[in-house]
Amino acid sequence: MSALLQSVPAMILMTGALVALSGALLGTFLVLRGQSMASDAISHAIVLGIVLAWFVTGARSGPLAVGGAALAGLASVLGAQALARTRLMAQDAALGLVFPAMFALGVLLINLNARNLHLDIDTVLLGEIGFVWLETKTLLGLELPAAAVTLGVVAMLNAGFITLFWKELKLASFDPGLASAFGFRPGLIGAVLLALTSATAVAAFDAVGVVLFMAFLIVPPVTGLLLSRRLWAMLAIAVGSGLFSVGAGYALAIRWDVSIGGMMAVATGAGLVVALVAAPRSGLVAALIRRRLLRDEERLNTLLIHLASHSDTPDRAEECTEAAFVEHLHWTRDDARAVILSGLDRGLIRRDGALFSLTEAGAARAGMLMRAHDRRRALPPDTR
Amino acid sequence: MSFDISHTLVTVAMAAALIGALAGVLGSFLVLRGQSLLGDVISHAALPGVVGGFLIAGGRSFAAILLGALAAGALAGLSVQGLRRVAGVKPDAALGVVLSLFFAAGVVLYSLAQARPGAAGVEVFLYGQAASVLRTDLPLMAGVALAVLAVIAALWKEFQFVSFDPQGARAAGLPVDALETALSVLVAIAIVLGLALAGVVLMVAMLIAPAVAARQWVDRLAPMVILAALFGAGSGVVGAALSAMGDGVATGPVMVLAATVVVALSLVLAPGRGALAQALARVTARRRLQRRQVLDALRGLSVEHGNPGHRSEEAMIDTYLGASARPVLERLEGEGLIRRDVHGPDRRPHWALTARGQQAAEGRE
Repeated sequence: MSALLQSVPAMILMTGALVALSGALLGTFLVLRGQSMASDAISHAIVLGIVLAWFVTGARSGPLAVGGAALAGLASVLGAQALARTRLMAQDAALGLVFPAMFALGVLLINLNARNLHLDIDTVLLGEIGFVWLETKTLLGLELPAAAVTLGVVAMLNAGFITLFWKELKLASFDPGLASAFGFRPGLIGAVLLALTSATAVAAFDAVGVVLFMAFLIVPPVTGLLLSRRLWAMLAIAVGSGLFSVGAGYALAIRWDVSIGGMMAVATGAGLVVALVAAPRSGLVAALIRRRLLRDEERLNTLLIHLASHSDTPDRAEECTEAAFVEHLHWTRDDARAVILSGLDRGLIRRDGALFSLTEAGAARAGMLMRAHDRRRALPPDTR
Repeated sequence: MSFDISHTLVTVAMAAALIGALAGVLGSFLVLRGQSLLGDVISHAALPGVVGGFLIAGGRSFAAILLGALAAGALAGLSVQGLRRVAGVKPDAALGVVLSLFFAAGVVLYSLAQARPGAAGVEVFLYGQAASVLRTDLPLMAGVALAVLAVIAALWKEFQFVSFDPQGARAAGLPVDALETALSVLVAIAIVLGLALAGVVLMVAMLIAPAVAARQWVDRLAPMVILAALFGAGSGVVGAALSAMGDGVATGPVMVLAATVVVALSLVLAPGRGALAQALARVTARRRLQRRQVLDALRGLSVEHGNPGHRSEEAMIDTYLGASARPVLERLEGEGLIRRDVHGPDRRPHWALTARGQQAAEGRE
């Protein structure tokens, strides 16, 4: 067991899984609250926090450094909100002003102190999960990657917060007004959520870099949101999709010899594509089915109206046959048969030899359709 | 040697001024339309295009990298729209999804490119490196920038209408969707052109900061666009020059910090909207109100006593104002509207309206 955990692939997968888990837990609520782009600001602003924490404490890891750097992430979002409240600029412009400034200052400070900080500005942006085994810590007799230990602590904090404050978080995300009427302090809960997101981003940036963390934070929850309307199911899908991306991304990265963290983040897109195709409400398949059902219903209506308008006319023998449907309504023979079958099944039409006529139910429905049509026609042209 | 440095500096400064001005112009439209973060998404999403262009061209070809970045940026913009309109994803989530997935794809391609010779040519696009702009790139840059500005000048009225009142523009028969797409494409071009200087991560600030700063000073579109262009060009030149002098300092961060300083100064100093002007206006308004309150109190007391020159005790006026009235009284005395009167056994200060003060109190000043 310990030998397995200490192999390099196991260390990488474990670290990735912890990033995916934390990302899915926090991201679900961020996406529901419409704060996806706040995670963009946080993930950039923590770079300044990491440098400043290093200036003050001299450490690049440990609870002090993580906490200090996380404050910078929180400050970026709260600062942008304060700036937007002055009404001198819009909310999105404020966000787009604050985090680049903080990130720029962070990068500049790294540039100027590169020799002492041992922090490469490319690593900040890109991370390299493939090297997590270089720095390890011994815990319970196991030699674990230092990044995984930090991430594990943060993941436990996140899971604890979400379990303890489940109903408060749920209400604050869906109905902040009601939540504050109940005395749940949705503002405070939102701030804690942002603070935890910052801390997780700090813990994750060594492994996957600041921007790739965003993929784990947003893409799996959006996948969950497309596939389900229940919060717990959304969360479960997000966690599952995140974990799958870690495994699949690792396998593909090894196979093609590309960045492991990058490939893991790209793999989160696979789940999203599946959701876009298969989502029960908004997916492409669902849209196709809906469109087909509508089309079939429309064709049946056309058939009923056709039969009704020719029911007592001399050309009835010619018009109320399958051949006429094909010829006059421009349907293919298969389409015409499908419409006839559905009409017969639903008891709206009946067949006498080659002739079709409306049943009582069919006549009633045709009458209703035509009256609705006439009502629309009767309206003056500008209100139609 | 010194000739070389100044030679490079001139090239860099010209490029930075050009990019800063262009970003300022297009950023104005972006900020006014509430699409600031779309700029962030397009610039991050350009990374796979930059690296893809590098990989396909097999080296640092400015044109290939620009084309790749433009294609990736346009695809990202379309993806955001698709996610929102077709799949019904919330706008901010759509932005986040596209940004992170495109950037991740860029990171994967980047790891491929690092194995190739000359990969350093790609690296500069992350944070921008002024020195990487060659004199031979300038004509292309200037040509594209002029073309973009010409399009904006030609479609100025239409862009203005669409930015402020899209529904009105649609009702007036303008092709709103086409114009908005055109504007987005121009923004993407400006971003892509600036990547070598500002880098994919920070380019968004060069779009937003000059526009937000300019907005504080003026209320009309044309002056705002021109001012944003000036602010952008200024921050660009300062940033590029400072980073070119420092050893190994990336250009993007310095440019962005310069632009941020401009914003901060504008937020404080701008007449009308700035923090200083606002504070001054608050003080003036409070003083005007207190002056009115004191005059009204004195007049009320004199009417009560049937004596226009009635002397009111200062403590009484304090009570009316709810605070010490002394500074207000002294200002009114300076204006000659009231006079101080201490006499008799009561040594406490008393105040009475002068003839002019009576007129002022009755609102006839």
